[in-house]
Amino acid sequence: MGTSTTAEVWSAAATLATLLVVLAAVHVPLGNYMAWVYSAPRHLRVERAAYRAARVDPDAEQTWRGYLFSLLGFSAASLLALYALGRLQALLPLNLGFTGLDPAGAWNSAVSFVTNTNWQWYSGEAAAGHLLQMAGFAVQNVGSAAVGLGVAMALVRGFARSGTDARVGNFWSDLVRGVLRILLPIAFVAAVLLVAGGVIQNFLPHTEVTTLAGGSQNVLGGPVASQEAIKELGTNGGGFFNANSAHPYENPTPWTNLLEIFLLLVIPFSLPRTFGVMVGDRRQGWAILGVMGAIFLTSVALLTWAEVAGPGAAPHAAGAAMEGKETRFGLAASALFGSATTLTSTGAVNSLHDSFTAPGGGITLVDMMLGEIAPGGVGSGLYGMLIVAILTVFLAGLMVGRTPQYLGKKIGQGEITLVALYVLVTPLLVLVGTGVSVVVGPGLAGPLATGPHGLSEVLYAFTSAANNNGSAFGGITSGTPYYDTALGIAMLAGRFVPVALVLALAGRFASQGKTPETRGTLPTHTPVFVGLVGAVAVVVVALTFVPALSLGPVVESLS
Amino acid sequence: MSSSVQTAAVAQPPAGRALASLWRSSVAGLRMLVLLTVVLGIAYPLAVAGVARIAFPWQAAGSLVTADGDHTTSRSDAVGSVLIGQDFGVPDEGAQWFHGRPSVAGDGYDTLASAGSNLGPLSPDLVAAIDERRAAVAAADSVDPASVPADAVTASGSGLDPHVSPAYADEQVARVATARRLDPATVRRLVAQHLDGRTLGYLGEPRVNVLALNLALARLGA
Repeated sequence: MGTSTTAEVWSAAATLATLLVVLAAVHVPLGNYMAWVYSAPRHLRVERAAYRAARVDPDAEQTWRGYLFSLLGFSAASLLALYALGRLQALLPLNLGFTGLDPAGAWNSAVSFVTNTNWQWYSGEAAAGHLLQMAGFAVQNVGSAAVGLGVAMALVRGFARSGTDARVGNFWSDLVRGVLRILLPIAFVAAVLLVAGGVIQNFLPHTEVTTLAGGSQNVLGGPVASQEAIKELGTNGGGFFNANSAHPYENPTPWTNLLEIFLLLVIPFSLPRTFGVMVGDRRQGWAILGVMGAIFLTSVALLTWAEVAGPGAAPHAAGAAMEGKETRFGLAASALFGSATTLTSTGAVNSLHDSFTAPGGGITLVDMMLGEIAPGGVGSGLYGMLIVAILTVFLAGLMVGRTPQYLGKKIGQGEITLVALYVLVTPLLVLVGTGVSVVVGPGLAGPLATGPHGLSEVLYAFTSAANNNGSAFGGITSGTPYYDTALGIAMLAGRFVPVALVLALAGRFASQGKTPETRGTLPTHTPVFVGLVGAVAVVVVALTFVPALSLGPVVESLS
Repeated sequence: MSSSVQTAAVAQPPAGRALASLWRSSVAGLRMLVLLTVVLGIAYPLAVAGVARIAFPWQAAGSLVTADGDHTTSRSDAVGSVLIGQDFGVPDEGAQWFHGRPSVAGDGYDTLASAGSNLGPLSPDLVAAIDERRAAVAAADSVDPASVPADAVTASGSGLDPHVSPAYADEQVARVATARRLDPATVRRLVAQHLDGRTLGYLGEPRVNVLALNLALARLGA
């Protein structure tokens, strides 16, 4: 036992080291590249064709309002189209004989994919045909990620610009460039690599074969690799199959597992570089990256410890916390995936978080409650972290009695109001949603477990939805009209209210001039600032969620 | 904003303009969505499938194998996929086969219902299931219940886990050898041949592919 545990720890450390080395090597060139993508004046020929066909002007600098309206317009059209695609599935080709989704289910999945959440109430292999998956879900996997990137870039431009009358960029140009220049090329390469590892890519239906022992089993078909790649790269998380990345056809080997973890982290961890380049001070990017990295490593260490140590009645009875985990990944690679997926807005799972140890499940919950900022979703991670940085500057300013400023922008009453609203939206959705659901009948019907773990299941569902994560304590039966609707509202508000607030903030910053630094200005590239931002992120979560966490995972951990 | 002091009548046009602007961008958004759907929803998966078909035809089709253990892309020749676990009867039946892990996907290894139990770490139901499986596995393999490894008593996340731990494979050697009237050393050698170590020496966990092992076993005859 002792030697196998040692081997396990070494394997975990070497896996993490590989991941960090590759991310470190890639984030500078990718970050620089993304800064160029969102700053270059020239359009590609194919992009110009797209703008002409869609009849949009990619060169008009939009105010934050104009940007928001375009974003909402695109998202509304996406929502309706995906709803229709789900409802009309029975009439469309490649449907594998599946019926249309019911209204509540179609609403939930449309909201889920348009908001980059990918909460799944349905089982992919039993409800969604190939066309719905590839022309519906996968399109939104790319589109919603590009939207997130665009919003982050609008905020960064707000910092980088001065006196522009609230002009923060052009939504259409950001959308199309994000798709064509960043997401699609990387996803294509990743998809081919995944096929090499064993992820399927065909358009065949499910076919019954006779197994070796004489039973029967269906051989599955589907364009899985193309969807899997963008599912991770766009921090979406909606699995082709019910078992998500635990399914051997989505994640067949230890190296595809590492590749998928890399994909879901690579853009979020590269964006601080993009930010540093665009605001003309790379040290600012390093500081943001430092906070993200510190929180990430802490989460990975704690979660790995929890799963390898395996406290709790069931792990003790089994000898290890292997319930819900795959043999090829084992404990450590499941924990690494678990941290990466909940610290980004991905929500893909290679093991069942509901069956994690009590402290382990609690860590995945806290990861999401942090607002998914370390490194967070594609785009949303950067703007979420910048909000915390602004809050930190403001609090520090209060302590020393000076007007706070960040990157030469004053944090006045208007700015801090938007920041405060941003910080309040998600907790409000989580706590009200959870609170109502543990009182009303249809809410109480959801959880699989009773007692503290039942509360954890509901709390996890609303935390995941409001933060646009999409993972679940899967025991909860969420495919009911009540949860489809309630979680749909949480996802929608949890995505677009923060987006509107961030764009409003970007507009205010872009309108401001540049305030020169004085000796009293708090430097925002130092280790002290990194520590402060991390502390503020943790304190905000603690103050908001400690009561709810105490009744769920904490009680479980202590019992 | 300062408009809050204006009268409702004056505030009306901006609201109307906002709605009109939202409508215009929704229509533009729909046109853009159609374009993106053609590129991302049709061309992209087709292109990946095209490359996959040329470069990795076997993997793209599902890593299928025939009863002789050969790779195939034809479903009519296949007994299944080496990536997908199969039901070999657990644990007191199918003594001549190596068994996979407990599966809660449908009635066991049902690919149309991939799933884990989702039971929590303190769940009395899960503890009871684990105890029951431990007793059954120990009885079938004639070993001390305390020595039964964790993967033999827990359900995987997918319910389709194609692997077991080397420890669980080793534990089953004697039973399988007896049922097939084979020399245990022969069966043990077969298990050793099917042992997959950590990738590159450190990625993932050591494991044995149950279907691949059973295919080799069936080819031994007896």
